[in-house]
Parts: sequence; structure tokens; C-alpha cells
Amino acid sequence: MSVRHALLALLSEGPKYGLQLREEFEARTGEVWPLNVGQVYTTLQRLERDGLIESDGDGDDGPQKGFRITPGGSEELAGWLRTPPDLASPPRDELVMKVLVALRVPGTDVHQVIQVHRRYLVELMQQWTRIKELEGESDLGLALVVDAELFRLDAVVRWLDTADGRLKRAATDPPQTATAALPRPRRRVGTRS
Amino acid sequence: MTVLELRGVSKAYGQGAALVEALHEVSLTVEAGGMVAVMGPSGSGKSTLLTIAGSLEEPSAGEVLINGAPLSRMSRNDKARLRRRTVGYVFQDFNLLPGLTVAENVALPLELDGTRARTARSAARAALDGLGLADRGDRYPSELSGGERQRVAIARAVVGDRRLLLADEPSGALDSVNAEAVMRLIHEACKRGVAAVVVTHDAQLASWADRVVFLRDGRVVDQTAPLPGPESLLAPGHTP
Repeated sequence: MSVRHALLALLSEGPKYGLQLREEFEARTGEVWPLNVGQVYTTLQRLERDGLIESDGDGDDGPQKGFRITPGGSEELAGWLRTPPDLASPPRDELVMKVLVALRVPGTDVHQVIQVHRRYLVELMQQWTRIKELEGESDLGLALVVDAELFRLDAVVRWLDTADGRLKRAATDPPQTATAALPRPRRRVGTRS
Repeated sequence: MTVLELRGVSKAYGQGAALVEALHEVSLTVEAGGMVAVMGPSGSGKSTLLTIAGSLEEPSAGEVLINGAPLSRMSRNDKARLRRRTVGYVFQDFNLLPGLTVAENVALPLELDGTRARTARSAARAALDGLGLADRGDRYPSELSGGERQRVAIARAVVGDRRLLLADEPSGALDSVNAEAVMRLIHEACKRGVAAVVVTHDAQLASWADRVVFLRDGRVVDQTAPLPGPESLLAPGHTP
């Protein structure tokens, strides 16, 4: 995931040094997403190349080099904030594939596969909730990031529950006769003319 | 100290061809200060587990022990006393009484147990105080929001030093901010030594528990491993 816009946002507050940007990013996101120093400097180079930020320009690439946002950078940041990301193409989901595949592998109980994953997800959620419980009330950034993660994991558990139910019903219901074979279109959402 | 123990509890309804087994040999222990969540789909038996644990229903087989005392050997009066003093219930249809004020609702279990009205009322106000609901004491339940009513229900369930809290979907229809507030309250009661069993289908709520037990078709099919310290999720090099 690119952090260029997060860095632009931090610079929109005022000029800063590279290491300072890393520290602030991590502190404001509840220390949940550690940033690699190399990644920060590479991103800053690209931002400078694209004219979105400028540096003190004395040729010294050390930790004392300061960066400033440009008007172009401010415009880019504003555009990014108000533009929804492209969520139209569902990513290939390994767990969904696993469940679909488990239906076909001989000797596999798909409900067991589902339970193993459900337990693992709930165990992760227990750990995140513990963090939220201990520090969430005093660190807003952390609470937001942990909530996002909890909802993400929760959504997977709810899908597993739904899959469990569908599979159970499908196993006991009489098979439906298929309607006459229709050409199957590529399924696409999100495009509007 | 074990507050609640279920030993091989089974519950069947009906007979012969119409026999339905709601629970099959379920065993569970909950220690003082511990929170156990029971997760499972509708029909998994989780609500039946709770009513049996709370002495509201008898098992067909197996034993329930509260503070080490088996329910099967208790008289009806002993069980009634247990329900008045030791066990707190937060059930979906166990609503606040609409004709009583909030403070009167919370004081009710104590008064039913013979505590004098004045003592009961001040215990109730202390409980409401602790939940940030001190100014709601003289209102009627209908004047409160859903989130406030649910917090009052929890106050009622823990008033008078009850040791066992049984909750069935305690966050019911609440939004996630209120749902979290409810789980924090239950968690805080556990920190004071209450043992809690929370039945829920919601993984976010279940994640507040120390242990999650998974029920399916009346059987315990799995449970979560004991929790490591929370710092393990933020340790360097952690891979999800």
C-alpha cells in the first residue's frame, strides 16, 4: 500500500524531516503499521520527482534534509481525500477459494475447514480487542485502526457463518434443476456510464 | 475459584421419533473474574445452555454446579435464593419493568431478596453511578435510549455483589459504539471478580471474552486457545 498521500498529509501541516515523517506516521496510526525508512525515502524521492514536494535542495541526502509540500502536492492531496478508491474489482480471496476447493477434495469436511479458520480469526480478534480495551480510550488513532481491523476480520467470520449455513442447506435440500444453459457473462460491478 | 461448572449437560425435548437434542454432553467451567463467550448458529443450543446454567431449566442429564454446589440437590427455595442473590441475568426478553423507575428496577432484585428498601435503593444508585447513569435514576425505562436501557439491565444484573452473570446477546440491537460500551461494562464487572457467560453470534462481542466456546448442533466443537499477551500482535516482524 502506498503511503505517499499520508506523507503529503503530514507535510501539509508544515515542513518536516524524513525521519520525523516516519515517526509521526507511526504514532498517528497507533504504531500498528511500521514504516521502513527506505520506503519513506523512496516515496519522498518520487513525490519530489513528481513536483508534489520540494526539499531543502542542498544536495545532502542525510537525515537533516527537510521537505515541503508544493501547491501541486496540496491539490493532489485534496483530490485523493475526496475520491473513493477503486473497490469495484473484488480481489482474489484465498479463504473463499479454500472453501470452494474444500468442497471438491475427497475426504475433506468443509465445515471443519471453516471452523479452523473461524477459530483462528476469533483468536486474532481477541488480541485486537484486548489492545483496544487497554489503550483505545486514550489513543484515537489506535482505536480507529484497531476497529478497522476488527470489522475486517469480523466480516470474514460472518461470511464463514453464511457459507456454513448455505452449505448445510445445500447438502440437505433436493437438487434444483438448472434452467436452460445461458451464456455466462463476466460479472462486473461498478461501471457506470 | 470455579463459579460455574457444567458437567456433561444434555437437554432433550420431545420423545421417540420427535426427540430433539438441544444439548449433548456439554461441559464448561467459568472461574471468578473470567468471561466465556459461547458462539454458534441459531439452533446450536447456546440459549438453552444459558437457561440451564442459570437454573431456569433442568438438564435431562449431567450436572450444573454454582460455587461448587450442585443444583440437582437444591430445594426450590434454595434455587430461588440463588437466582435472587448469586446470579444476574441479561436476557433478550427480560426487560426492565416499565412501571418502575430506573433506580427501582435496579433495586428490585435486592428488595425481592429481603433487603430493606433504603439499602436497596442506595446500592442501586451506586451501581448506576458507576455506569455514568446517576442522573437517570428517577426516569422511566421508556425515557431512556436503547443503549442506556441495556446498561441499566447490566447494573441490575450485577447489583448486590452477584458472582455470576449470564448474558444472551447483551448488545442486542445496539449500534457498535453502544455495543462496545456494554461489553466494557461486563468486562469491568469481571475485573471485580464476577464470572460471566455471554452468548452471542457476533464475533466482535465474543472477542471480549478470555475464552470462546463454539457450539454446533448442541455440542461443543471447538474453543479458542488461551490468549497470549497483547504485545505479541505489535512485536516487530509479526506476520499475520
